[in-house]
Amino acid sequence: MNFFSRLAGRQPPSKQVAKDRLKLVLIHDRTDISPAVMEQLKDEIIAVISKHMDIDRDGVKIKISDESATESRLVADIPLLKTPRRRR
Amino acid sequence: MGAQVITVTSGKGGVGKTTATANIAAALAQDGAKVVCIDADIGLRNLDVVMGLENRIVYDLVHIVEGSARLRQAMIKDKRLPELYLIPAAQTRDKSAVSPSDMIRICDELRPDFDFVLIDSPAGIERGFRNAIAPANKVVIITNPEVSAVRDADRIIGLVESEQKGPAMLILNRIKPEMIKRGDMLSIDDVLDVLAIDLLGIVPEDEQIVIGSNRGTPVALDEKSRAGQAFRNIAKRLRGENVPFMDLDKQDGFFSRLGKMIRPGG
Repeated sequence: MNFFSRLAGRQPPSKQVAKDRLKLVLIHDRTDISPAVMEQLKDEIIAVISKHMDIDRDGVKIKISDESATESRLVADIPLLKTPRRRR
Repeated sequence: MGAQVITVTSGKGGVGKTTATANIAAALAQDGAKVVCIDADIGLRNLDVVMGLENRIVYDLVHIVEGSARLRQAMIKDKRLPELYLIPAAQTRDKSAVSPSDMIRICDELRPDFDFVLIDSPAGIERGFRNAIAPANKVVIITNPEVSAVRDADRIIGLVESEQKGPAMLILNRIKPEMIKRGDMLSIDDVLDVLAIDLLGIVPEDEQIVIGSNRGTPVALDEKSRAGQAFRNIAKRLRGENVPFMDLDKQDGFFSRLGKMIRPGG
């Protein structure tokens, strides 16, 4: 892909794609957590939280993020359902 | 004190372990160090052909292990460099013919007489890899700027750490500066960012490597080869010298060649 087709297609440079894919695959390699396990974890988190709060189940996002190559963390983004203001 | 035992490994095959081993060994020996290389890739030996010594093999590593040859009998003297030796792998056996403790014993026997023992590891993470890193004082991981090779390097870094052989150092091999400039190849910083490992050397893609292995002559002995220069730099770093990394953007035009004649390298 040359410079112009890249401008036209708005595709990121292939090395950026490579780096992003690598980071993701290494997270799973290093933690030994497969995407299937993540999915299960997500379901269980939803089950626990919804016992206590009204959450938007479809909007839940869970991922392992890596700020650096040596440190990673589990990040869950759990949107709450809009609830009417309490009146009493 | 004795020799430093350095294992060159990668996880993935075909990234340049054998080429790097042969070239680093040649560069060290040319600098006056006493060096012995061990080909730990039993069943798929290749260090002998890359070094151009395939016609001189009588005994091999498995003969030493089984006691049918003495260590000195199996050591092949290099054609060019008087202080460089090779212990070839057996071609007709498999990895199980040697154990990690055999490798430790052999290296202990070599240590007093040499400055460096370089071990060329087989690809993979099984027995052959375990054999290769068992006696190591230092592990050098070689990779290419490609997703598959970097991923395997990451796995190896973890295994080396868990065997208490870390921290390993990295050689990034077969770099194409034009592709990096275009954004179509992971840069040195990208790879280091992902792997978090100390860098030992960077080696540009160089056709001379193929020509060198065709002839059985390591390019480290070729003053004009850029990859050869990179391997000479790596050898110096292994000896404790502080050598700056090569400027890969520098094209091999007339003026930069002129510059190199006056002041070798980078």
